[in-house]
Amino acid sequence: MATADEIAEHARLADIRQRWWLSAPALIIIFFAAIGPLAIVLLYSFMVKGDYGDVKYWQFSLDAWTNVLLERDIFDETLSIADAHLVILWRSVWLSFLTTVATLLLGFPTAFFISTRSEHRRDLWLFLITIPFWTNILIRTFAMQEVVRNEGIVNSVLMALGVINSPVQIMFTDWAVLFGMIYVYLPLMVLPIYASMEKLDFRMVEAGYDLYATRLGVLRRIIIPLVKPGIIAGSILVFIPALGAYVIPRVLGGGKSMMLGNLIELQFGQGRNWPLGAALSITLMVIVTIALLAYVRNAMRSGASHGH
Amino acid sequence: MGSDSAAIDVRGVSRIFKGAGQDEVRALDNVSVAIRQNEFFTLLGPSGCGKTTLLRLIAGFDFPTEGEIRLYGEDIAALPPYKRPVNTVFQNYALFPHMTVAQNIGFGLEMLGKLKEEIAARVAEMLALVRMSELKDRRTSQISGGQQQRVALARALAPRPKVLLLDEPLSALDFKLRKDMQIELKRLQHETGITFIFVTHDQEEALTMSDRIAVMNKGRILQVGSPQDIYVRPSERFVANFIGDTNFLKARAVGAKGGKVKLDLSSGGSLSADLPPEGLSVGEVTVVVRPENASISEIKGSDFAGNVENIVYFGTDTHVHLKLADGLPFIVRQQNSAGSTAAVKIGDKVGVSVVPGTAKVIRD
Amino acid sequence: MAIRARRSFSIKTQPGFTTIAMACFFLLYLPIATLVVYAFNSGESVAVWQGFSLRWFQSAWQNSLVQEAAWRSFLVAGFAAALATICATMAAIATTRTVNYPGLTFKYAFINQPLMVPEIVTAVALLIFFSRIKVWTGYTGIGYLVLAHTAFCIPFAYLPIRARLENMDLTLERAAADLYAPPWQAFRRVTLPLLTPGIIAGFMLAFVISLDDVVITEFVKSPGQETLPTYMLGQLRRVVTPEINAISAAFLALSLLLVTAFFFLNRKKS
Repeated sequence: MATADEIAEHARLADIRQRWWLSAPALIIIFFAAIGPLAIVLLYSFMVKGDYGDVKYWQFSLDAWTNVLLERDIFDETLSIADAHLVILWRSVWLSFLTTVATLLLGFPTAFFISTRSEHRRDLWLFLITIPFWTNILIRTFAMQEVVRNEGIVNSVLMALGVINSPVQIMFTDWAVLFGMIYVYLPLMVLPIYASMEKLDFRMVEAGYDLYATRLGVLRRIIIPLVKPGIIAGSILVFIPALGAYVIPRVLGGGKSMMLGNLIELQFGQGRNWPLGAALSITLMVIVTIALLAYVRNAMRSGASHGH
Repeated sequence: MGSDSAAIDVRGVSRIFKGAGQDEVRALDNVSVAIRQNEFFTLLGPSGCGKTTLLRLIAGFDFPTEGEIRLYGEDIAALPPYKRPVNTVFQNYALFPHMTVAQNIGFGLEMLGKLKEEIAARVAEMLALVRMSELKDRRTSQISGGQQQRVALARALAPRPKVLLLDEPLSALDFKLRKDMQIELKRLQHETGITFIFVTHDQEEALTMSDRIAVMNKGRILQVGSPQDIYVRPSERFVANFIGDTNFLKARAVGAKGGKVKLDLSSGGSLSADLPPEGLSVGEVTVVVRPENASISEIKGSDFAGNVENIVYFGTDTHVHLKLADGLPFIVRQQNSAGSTAAVKIGDKVGVSVVPGTAKVIRD
Repeated sequence: MAIRARRSFSIKTQPGFTTIAMACFFLLYLPIATLVVYAFNSGESVAVWQGFSLRWFQSAWQNSLVQEAAWRSFLVAGFAAALATICATMAAIATTRTVNYPGLTFKYAFINQPLMVPEIVTAVALLIFFSRIKVWTGYTGIGYLVLAHTAFCIPFAYLPIRARLENMDLTLERAAADLYAPPWQAFRRVTLPLLTPGIIAGFMLAFVISLDDVVITEFVKSPGQETLPTYMLGQLRRVVTPEINAISAAFLALSLLLVTAFFFLNRKKS
């Protein structure tokens, strides 16, 4: 007869096997419709572009990767920095950064406001933040368009007040894209900060005031350090999708204020340069991964310093 | 050792948890105990002593690393919990929140494939037994803690288990309710005639309810006996210390006669004490004296003497804290019946008399 | 002597914070409100108010392209959410309430992967992959959309189900086993009923996420396979009439309904 120890070990292995079977459908679907294709993208970035889109199979070249940052002159074949790509890359990073800062400046006080309401009211305010969050991104972008168009609210109000005589062009500028991204990603900043702030023990704030701290002192020395995990989480949750934004710059920026996502799409559409599109996709993913890793390291460090 | 007539016979059971690297935690270390039919048996010990691990092994939620567990002679160590005729009352009750009181109580019978009428009859019987008939259609979240406790009991008793396991079931209740439930549990055990194995860290609870108690520490059973046995004749320092208040004295044996031993205390003075069953070791020994078996007296004619360090009033009695000449503390408990209290003050040097036959020599 | 009103010191305020918060709420709702208001405009313009009318709702309702796109959206979202919820439930059971076993971390990473990769990258990856398969198999149906949507819905459905499982008291299943329930019965009679709110929440989350998707759908769809969002994206390039506002308003109402239900479902739990 088997010993009790062997029975326990057998049960453990059977349990692990069963757990693999149970997770198999999810893993297979994600492999075929999310992770696997990424490997193909990597492969495509090293192939020669086809004449009418797609690639020439198994003809390898590094052209796509050199084209990410450099361009070959069509006449004398010399290489120079691809200004257009660099501008778009820089705009993606810069606008994403500005969006993160702006949503933080707006979102932090909002999260503070919600978490200081009475328990009953808090749910209602939170609900009000959640609604735009769940509204289709296209609808929200379209709504923003209504605001910043030449005939939109901003221009109408400014003209009615006599501040300006003719409409200010906001649509199809970086400003429109920035406003759109702030508007769309604001809830993504508020929610994680609120989640941290909700756990904040306000007796610590009381203790701060008791020990002669000013309002600014309490904010700077007590509240912000304690909700830092939420601030970092919110920043990353805004920065990463902003980097890969596609719908917002397409609608509000048009061809004039493109971001990386639109540049990628262009290669698969009119550009007919799939390898370049693939290389740009990998570039975007690498930037996002770096941001994510920085976040994970930071989160682990702050987690360790808080002792849990 | 156990026989086949025992309800539960634990033989040489160890449970070793593998820690990081080469570390091993012996949650149970070669434990043997036989629990008789129809008795109220208590596993008593501090948290981490292995009492809950032993209970989980009997219930089947865990398997022993070594040894066997027999239920009426049959080895059940490898049976899964749903094949063991043993039921548990969980510490947090573990009532199913999506079922009513009656559905909870009927669950075990339903799983055993009993007929509907039979289940209904048994559920009604159990509801009456725990006095919960009016609340049978309530959700378990809509009843009080004490009522949840009774439902948990009824649910575990309904399938007529051969042994009922109770994992600190009273620890979540407040003091008054706990007292009531102690009596209720005792009544249920008497009425159902089922063997109860009760786990607790509360020595008072163990003393008031049990037929027999096993005192555990660090994965071992130190002493098994009736409450009186364990209180009056603790086998070693840990048991004496864990159950009730105790004074420990250092002494040297100077002569034995008829199960009694004459001792010279290291604080000066002398005492006559019972010998431990296994005989006496050479050299210094430890003697225990319960505070209620000592009294303050004149130094002349007393057993030994000490200085009064503190006097603490408790209502029914007063504790006089003494320091003996060898530096050991000693507490005397005085009953506060009118006028009986000897008038002592802090700083007084007083004598202590021990009721003859109450001092015991123990293993250290 | 003048009596001065003394305001008590509140620890729960910071100068200007309430103003900023109010401004945020105002700014969040102003564009949506405008959009909804102009859906009821009787004129052709989305800028000049010409009186109340429901004509744009009517015209959207009667637009066969809108009807078709809406139907396709629901079809894809329904199938994808159902599949994703089933997969996520199984995966959640497989990855919670256990000691760490070989492959557990890998599973977490794998399941959450769609959240980590920018949507546009997944979109082009699927475009490349599926365009090949379309050539090989000749099948160009709605299956690609369902598969793609299922993949990115799994991590969303997984979230509330896993949370629910992790908060569930393990002793309840132990109690069931103690009361003679074999593993399958314990799962069916105890675990599953207690898990149901999480599964419903997971399904609704997945449904909304699928319904809202623009980017991946835009790249994966075969010609003529418009969903409501891709149809709207196409329309935005043209001259915009309040019909788009009307579609948006209806869409918004639906999202609102689902979010409200989700919100109350989750609140009841705690």
